[in-house]
Parts: sequence; C-alpha cells; structure tokens
Amino acid sequence: MDERGRLCSVWLGSETGILKGVSLSQKNAFNFCNTRHLSREQEVRALCWGDPAESELLVASRDGTVRTFSTEKGSFTEARVCGEPEQGCFSGLALNGDALITCVECGTLRVWREDRSEPVTELQAGKNVSRMRQNPVQRNQVATGGKDTGLKIWDLDRPEQPAFTAKNLRDDWLDLRQPQWVRDMAFIPDSQKVVTCTGYHQVHVYDPSTPQRRPVMEAKFGEYPLTALSLPAGGSTVVVGNTHGQIAMLDLRKGLVCGILKGLAGGVRSLQCHASQPVVASCGLDRFLHIHSLDDRKLQHKVYLKSRLNCLLLSSRDLEEAGAAAAGATSEEVKEEEDEVWDTMEQVEEAEEKQKRKASGDEEEEEEEEEKEEVKEKKEEVKEKKEEVKKSKKKRKKGQD
Amino acid sequence: MDITEVPVSQTDSKGKKKKNKKAKKQKKSVEEAESSSGVDNKEELKMKSEAAESAFPPTFSVSEIKNKQRRHLMFMKLKQEKRKQKMQLKKKKKKEREALGDKAPPKEVPKTIENQRVYDETTVDPEDEEVAFDEGTDEFSAYFNGLTNPKVLITTSDRPRGRTVRFCEQLATVVPNAHVYYRRGLALKRVIPQCVARNFTYLMVINEDRKIPNGMVLCHLPDGPTAHFKISSVRLRKEMKRRGKDPTEHSPEVILNNFTTRLGHSIGRLLAALFPQDPQFVGRQVATFHNQRDFIFFRFHRYIFKNEKKVGIQELGPRFTLKLRSLQKGTFDSKFGEYEWVLKRHEMDACRRKFQL
Repeated sequence: MDERGRLCSVWLGSETGILKGVSLSQKNAFNFCNTRHLSREQEVRALCWGDPAESELLVASRDGTVRTFSTEKGSFTEARVCGEPEQGCFSGLALNGDALITCVECGTLRVWREDRSEPVTELQAGKNVSRMRQNPVQRNQVATGGKDTGLKIWDLDRPEQPAFTAKNLRDDWLDLRQPQWVRDMAFIPDSQKVVTCTGYHQVHVYDPSTPQRRPVMEAKFGEYPLTALSLPAGGSTVVVGNTHGQIAMLDLRKGLVCGILKGLAGGVRSLQCHASQPVVASCGLDRFLHIHSLDDRKLQHKVYLKSRLNCLLLSSRDLEEAGAAAAGATSEEVKEEEDEVWDTMEQVEEAEEKQKRKASGDEEEEEEEEEKEEVKEKKEEVKEKKEEVKKSKKKRKKGQD
Repeated sequence: MDITEVPVSQTDSKGKKKKNKKAKKQKKSVEEAESSSGVDNKEELKMKSEAAESAFPPTFSVSEIKNKQRRHLMFMKLKQEKRKQKMQLKKKKKKEREALGDKAPPKEVPKTIENQRVYDETTVDPEDEEVAFDEGTDEFSAYFNGLTNPKVLITTSDRPRGRTVRFCEQLATVVPNAHVYYRRGLALKRVIPQCVARNFTYLMVINEDRKIPNGMVLCHLPDGPTAHFKISSVRLRKEMKRRGKDPTEHSPEVILNNFTTRLGHSIGRLLAALFPQDPQFVGRQVATFHNQRDFIFFRFHRYIFKNEKKVGIQELGPRFTLKLRSLQKGTFDSKFGEYEWVLKRHEMDACRRKFQL
C-alpha cells in the first residue's frame, strides 16, 4: 500500500469519489479508495497538499468533509466536517500554516483551526463563487471570483474588507452592463498581479498595485467558456483550457495566442503546470489525464482513468524520476556506478575525436586553399578572355552601325 | 533512337522498373492477342508491330502512345490481359485447395479497417467495478432501475417542410409514448423547463436543411446528457420496397450492436432509454441501432418464426443513419455547456482505423 503512494507523482480526484494516483515513470495508475463504499456523495471537488513535504493530501468531497490522505501510508487518516452539503460544493481549498481555508459555491469562505470544530473566521465572498485560490507566496492572501461576482482578493488577517475588489468592465456601446463570470484565477509570482479567465472566453490581468481596478490587460481565446488556467514556471505565458477541450498558451504581455495543445476530446476541468518542468497536466470530462510538453506542445502522456476527473494535483518533484527515486536505493547505486563509467569514457572519446577532427580539418583547409588559388587563377584567365571577346563584339557592332 | 539511361536518383530508377514491368506485360498481351485473334484487319496488325517495336525500349508505357484511339485500345487490351491473369491465378488456387482437401490452409481473412482497428484503451470490461459503478449511478440509472418510464417529445427546427414533418411522424410511431409538437419558434432552453414540468424524459429535435433532415439533438431530461447527431440517408416508409404493414403500438425490442468503448456505452444507454424497458413481445417488432465505423444505422423490423429454424423479417421503416457530433453534459446548452466529447475533424479521424464508439 505505502509503496504505491510514494510512487505517484500526479493525483486526481474523480466524480465517482475515487482518489487516483498516477505514476508516470512506472506507467501505472492506482485507485486509493475502498471500492465497496463508493458513492457520488464523496465526489472530489478540490485537492491540496497537507504539508510542505507533500506527504499528506487534503481531499474535499461534495458532502462537506475534508479528508486527509497520507501518501506514505496510502490511506485516509482523518476526516473533518467543514460545512453542510446544502451550502454547495467546495470551490476551493487551501492551507495556511496549520489553518485550513475552505470556500463553497454559495460564497462562504471559512478558516478552520485544527483544535476547534467551529471556524475561526467566516466571510461572505459573493453569491456564486466558482473558484478560490491561494497566493503561493503570501499564503494568507486568497482570491475569489464567480458568476456575477468579480475578482476579490482577501487578506485573511483582516477579513472585514477585501484587499482588492475588481471593477466590472465598462458598459458596452449600448450602455448595457457586461456580464461577469470568473471561472479561475492565479497569482503571478514576483508581482501583485492576478490573472483570471472567464466564462465569456476572456483572460484578464488585474494589477492591485495600481489605482486602476479594471483589468490592465484583456485577451480572448476561442468562443467557448474558459474553465481552467495555470501559470507555467518562469514565463510570461498562461495556459487556459475551455469546455470544448481546447488548451492554449497565451502571452500575458500582449494577449496573443502562442500555442495550442491538442489531443483532448472533452471539456477541461483542471489544469496544472509543473513547478519546475515545462509540462502541463490537464484532466476533464473525457476521463483522460493528458500531459503536454510546453516546449514543443507535444502530447507526452495520455492515461485513461475510467471516471470523469474533477481536479488535479502535481507533486513538485520531477515527474518522470519521482517513481524511480522511490523504487529503491540499490538501483540508484548501480546508476551512479554506470554514470561514473560513462563519464570517464566520454572524456577519452571526446578528446580523441577533437584531435582527429582538428587534424583532418587542418589538412582539408590546406587543400581547399590550394584549390581556391588554382580556381582563382583560372577564373581570371576566363575573365580576361571574356572581356576580349566582348570588346571584339562591340567593335563589330560599331562596325555594323 | 539512342536512349542513354542516366541514373539520377533511386526513386527515378524505381519508376523505370515499374514501367519496364508494364512494358513486358504489354509485349505478352500483344503476342497472345495475335495468336488468339489470328486474322485481323491489317491496320491493327501494323499497329501491333509498331507497338511491339515501341515496346523495345525499357521506358514504354501505354500512356506514352500519343494517338488517343490507339492508346485506348491498348489500354483495354492491357486490362483484359490483367483480368485474365487474375482469373487464372484464382482458378489455380481453387484447384490447389481442392486437391489438398482437408489439409488446405485456412482462408485468409480480408483486411478491413474494422478488423485492423486500433486498440482503444477505453473499451469497457464488463467486470470492471469502477465503470459499473459509474454507469450504475449516472443520469440513466433511474430508467435502468425501472423507476421512470420514457416519455418523448419530438419537435423540429423552425418551420419544417414536408419530408421532415413526415419523418417526425414516422419516428413517433417507432418510439412508444412519443408526442410530436410544432416548434412555434420557441427557444430550446425555454422548452426544456416546460418538458421537465410535464415529466418528459427526452427531447428530440430534428433539424433540417433545404427540406432534408440533417441533424438530431437528443436531450435526456431532467439533467442531461445531450447528444448531437448528424442524420443522413433518411428513407421514409413510402420510399421503401417490400415494406410490411404499418407498425403496431406495441413497444418494440431494442438491439444495440457494437457499442464497445466508454463513449459507445454512454451513447448506447442514451438510445436504449428512449424505449420502454419491458418490450411487448406480442408485437414482434425490433428496433436496431447498429454501430459500424462510428456510423449508427437504425432499422425497424417485424419478425416471425416460420418454423424451428427459419425466421422471416420484414422491414417497417423508416431507416436512417446517425453519426455522433458531440456529447454534452447537462441539458441542451451549446454555448455554456461542458462537453464530454466533441468530434474534432482532422484531429480525431486522422487515423482511419481508430473508432470512437
């Protein structure tokens, strides 16, 4: 049991209530659930890491419970009730130190302490909140947004007022109000900016550091609602997915599409870019986990997981090597030995090759130079001849005239 | 006539080889034709001799003859010759088989794109617990558990013309408990709540283009899914030969063929839930949805057991072909709905041996 948990580098929550782990190095998928007690009530709505070492996983299900899953033991260790199912499903889950932040679709955002059963703070973020996200740098900052409620950024130390409230777009040329529907958002690292995607296929960038509360950049992609968004590591791009299974990379500076990732059949529910590698994982209604490379936009992995998938979580380890590292120390030793052998061999070969190349190159150059000289001489001769011929022709022409 | 062959590249030489083969065949055909026909008019003989001469260089082919009539003639001969050879080969093989008797090697199965199908990882394993659970608790589970009875509303796009109207009427005779309503320019999103309030379990919308039905939206109520099909080759009852008498009001049996993948299962369940779950066998009527190469063929038959071995069937019509365009979660909402599967042309059908259903 425990071995399987450690192998997995991608975690997915399904609509049937099963937590799934995928090991890319072993090309294997595991279900972490008791198959006898399946129910749609346990549908996984949100996932997040339970500790910085990524050994615990928090799983928020539809019936209002948040369960803790230990990847070391490969089983659920504890469960706590965080709200009633009548208040709607979870739209976000985050951890700030030892405080658990939950947000439900009706807009109630709560902060829970481990020792108390009642929430420490509770605030109302709007009516239909589609998504709540935490700032990965400042972990007491969260952003909420949903249908008819714009983006709001909350500082959980001062929960009375939102730190930033976005203004709706300007009315259109008929003076009609523009509809709002924030579906997903992300904090741009190293700046205060927040990027959101909407149900009206727009991507907006908000900048709370400026007095402007309307988006500082707007981009559009496709004609279907954008459902998920993620920021790749160290880039000025954002990856968005829509309900038709189209995933695109957009440039955040000008808002242009700089690449489309293909291969999906159904709508995207969740997207996540790896923290260090240039890969993006996506899952959705077509029951597949797709992993694309962001460099060449090619599909790297495609895993069929049997149920519709709601959410996705990548470990920050190297995706491919994660399993290999856990597989055992013996293989590592062997590998190291091999590496040493290869290193020594490479050095020798390279040196020899370089020498060879140098030698051969010099000879060739010399030869080439000689040849060139000869050719030059010949060419000159030919030129002279041609000139003579031309002159003679001209003379003839003059004579004719 | 001095042709010097200069090998330019490999591809070129290959082409020449092919041409050589053709030319050889040409020669043979000419000789045999001469021997068989014997006396022919002089012109042809001349021509043949010329052809034989021109066949000498290795780069001869029929298409090089510049006289159109002659070229045509030569081409016909070439074709006849080819066919003859083929038949001979066939006869030879047959004889060999007969000679070998029981020891003959098994006949080769012809390669089709279906039996060369690319393996689909979503193919449903009947013993899979997870898929069974997923199917057991989906939107159709109420029907398959016998809790609801299907009630179907059939309507069309706005202002239907003759063929579409008749098609709807005939569909209503096939599907029991179906009601045909005139659309009256209503939006589907406004129709759906009314249908739910009146306990309809299906909304079927036939779309038409230039008087020919070309699309069907099949929406399961009250909470989805919605499938969008392309309809083609519709044949109404009147246009069918050897058709039986009009169908009775008994609920028919349903046959679903070849729905193997996970998507296929969903579509199969969607189509099965159109009909009442307990067929009246007295009516001896069968509705068939046969999936082949992602096309779903619909046929409606009446059968009779003539004796213990023989069964007679009689088609009742209508017949049509469906092709899935998209499957959407939830009731009809083409703008904001989430799609479970969308046909992406040139991306999904790039491989002809890959099937989705």
